[in-house]
Amino acid sequence: MMFKKLALGASVAASVLMAGFAAKAQDAINFVHNTYRTGAFSGSGIPVGDGVRDYFAMLNARDGGIGGVRINFEECETAYDTRRSVECYEQGKAKNSVLYVPWSTGATLAAIPRAHIDKIPIFSMGYGLSASAVGDVFPWVFNMPITYWDGANAFIQHVAQQEGGFDKLKGKTIGLLHLDAPFGKEPIPILETLAKQHGFNLKLYPVAPAEMQNQSSVWLSIRRDRTDWVYNQGWGAMNPTAVREAARGGFPVNRLVGVWWAGGDDDARPAGDAAKGYRALNWHQTGANFPVIQDIIKHVVDKGQSLSPKEKVGENLYNRGVYQGILIAEAIRNAQAITGKKVITGEDMRRGLEALNMTEARWAANGAAGFASPVRVTCSDHNSQSAVYVMEWDGKAWKRQSADIQPQKEMVRPLLEEAAKAFATSNAGWPARTEPCQNNS
Amino acid sequence: MFYRETGQFKTTYADDMAIFPIRQDRIGLALILAFAFLVVPFVTSDFTLKTIMLPFLALSVAVIGLNILTGYTGLISLGSAGFMGVGAYACYKLTTIFPEVNIIIWIFVSGFFAAAVGVFFGLPSLRIKGLYLAVATLAAQFFLQWAFVRIPWLFNYNPSGAIEVPLRTLFGVPITGPTASLEVKYLICLCFVVGMTWLASNLVHGRIGRSWMAVRDMDIAAELMGIKLLNAKLMAFAVSSFYCGVSGALFVFLYLGGAEAGTEFAIRLSFLILFAVIIGGAGSMIGSFLGAGFIVALPTILKFGLPAIGIAITGATAEKIVLMIIGALTIYLLIVEPHGLARLWQIMKQKLRVWPFPY
Repeated sequence: MMFKKLALGASVAASVLMAGFAAKAQDAINFVHNTYRTGAFSGSGIPVGDGVRDYFAMLNARDGGIGGVRINFEECETAYDTRRSVECYEQGKAKNSVLYVPWSTGATLAAIPRAHIDKIPIFSMGYGLSASAVGDVFPWVFNMPITYWDGANAFIQHVAQQEGGFDKLKGKTIGLLHLDAPFGKEPIPILETLAKQHGFNLKLYPVAPAEMQNQSSVWLSIRRDRTDWVYNQGWGAMNPTAVREAARGGFPVNRLVGVWWAGGDDDARPAGDAAKGYRALNWHQTGANFPVIQDIIKHVVDKGQSLSPKEKVGENLYNRGVYQGILIAEAIRNAQAITGKKVITGEDMRRGLEALNMTEARWAANGAAGFASPVRVTCSDHNSQSAVYVMEWDGKAWKRQSADIQPQKEMVRPLLEEAAKAFATSNAGWPARTEPCQNNS
Repeated sequence: MFYRETGQFKTTYADDMAIFPIRQDRIGLALILAFAFLVVPFVTSDFTLKTIMLPFLALSVAVIGLNILTGYTGLISLGSAGFMGVGAYACYKLTTIFPEVNIIIWIFVSGFFAAAVGVFFGLPSLRIKGLYLAVATLAAQFFLQWAFVRIPWLFNYNPSGAIEVPLRTLFGVPITGPTASLEVKYLICLCFVVGMTWLASNLVHGRIGRSWMAVRDMDIAAELMGIKLLNAKLMAFAVSSFYCGVSGALFVFLYLGGAEAGTEFAIRLSFLILFAVIIGGAGSMIGSFLGAGFIVALPTILKFGLPAIGIAITGATAEKIVLMIIGALTIYLLIVEPHGLARLWQIMKQKLRVWPFPY
């Protein structure tokens, strides 16, 4: 028991000290951001984390923060582990973080029921609970710019474009290569509906988490089924393996399309030349040719304050971190404008996020003209179901392959609402929305 | 000086068989319990309660469970996280099917489901031992993890594949779900831990525990002495899995409050529990607590405690250091002190007994 007491004492002392720090930094906006620089998925966690970190460092260096207030940006390491993420949530709460960014679906699910109680909004960008797109049920959760269901829908649209129309899909075999976990199985209902609608055969190819790097049997079945297209809802080490196995088995890699989390530069690169033509969905551009990235290089990277090697700046996942930074910064700006306060709280942040309207002009104002398609959040739509495009790996970098694809909102939205309703009923006592709606027309 | 048994005479058989024969031990235990029940929930911050105390309590039940199997009966299992998952899912199914029954009953009952599964996967232990049994229980771990993801009935066909903890009350006070206060959750967890520890401690000191230890020390000899190996080993698996199951239910319902359990109850957690047994001390109740406390508290203290006292350490570095410390300590203790931290505690007590005049 001695150790327990010791541990207890140390942590009590720690929390007291932490509270002291939080009180001292009153003239800054605190933001604790989850990262996973260690663990099985650190390959994607590091570039994303670097992007966000560098973006806020750049804002602090270039503009002195947002609206004249410094952003007290702090990372919290989760190792992609739910238990660590819970710690980070509590850490954010103790430090008055204005926003919780879980960066893992498990962590999002654990935090969602607490958000309206702790008054800390959650932003799970393109992951998490799809149903949380319904702002009427989840006023505190945001998952812009797109859900997995929209992604699967956009993938089928892409296939139809390539095949020459939806009527050509009839009789085709389309496979879903997915991680055998809730994340991987998300697109199944949408693909099943679309398969019925357009008459293609849907084949499922689950990959167990322990088998991520050993997919030969899965790709054997793909060859045997003569699958025409494969959608890869994969994660971490599973992606480069899929690309390599596809190439080895003679599957045309330009018919293998990854979800946006399967589009890292390091997912395609290890397969070498064989990966040429591998495709993935994306919602923002890659490369460093944007004023905002140049500013990051100038103010942060060149001063040696970045954790990222310079050649990685502008890679896909790095830019995703920057993308998330821009949305958050814009929401903070909105919150400041709405409330007239400089130092905002979590509640203000929620209003700011709900008023988010990233038009082309706003992207340009953030130094990112043409960086991404518009994102518009409303009180009932916390996702915006923005357009994606398909990019293709040319052996060195990602190149845009298709025009913007707009997910079919009229198809996906009712399913989202149904799922949100199911969540509210299965969680008896889920509160009805009482937060007033900010008019952002 | 203060810790001395001089003058305490054992006049009855009951005195002689007491688990805590020394008065100071009993006082110390009472003090610790009083502290845990009356002081901790009111003075510690939410952060400490949520990130250290709740996982510590929930996991210590599982560590006791594995200790019964590994420490007392000498059977290695790598399936503890899987059995925890069985408990969590059973509790979820039970409380969604019968919401009117109190959740505390279901948390307890879910242990029986885990026990049944544990007995099933414990059957091979009659024929195989050591490393081979570890592999067999590893199969249980992977099978259960597979089942949690693949059988949608288990998570009520929830599209996110997760189990969400509904709001449940006791006498009108919410005890699970988002609105339950941390103090209430902590106290309920603590009650479970105290109750189950008392139960385990009585088990291992009684006839059943002695038969387990006989099997551990030499199973052929135990059989010759009339202990039925089948009963003893399966009993150990049942009790151990029961503890893991209750721990899993506590873990999800009182600590996490909803999670993607397929990834939560992964092999990683099984190993952590095993390390906790090794570090804390195989075959010791107090060792279970020391081990669980060490595994749970060390990462948090390194990550948040050190920066708070001014030692700059990034989260990523802390995570790596934790891995190194746990790994190194496990190997060190296995070689140098197989009885773990519990043995150190014993040595300390022994020294204290004769202090300050050791000769």
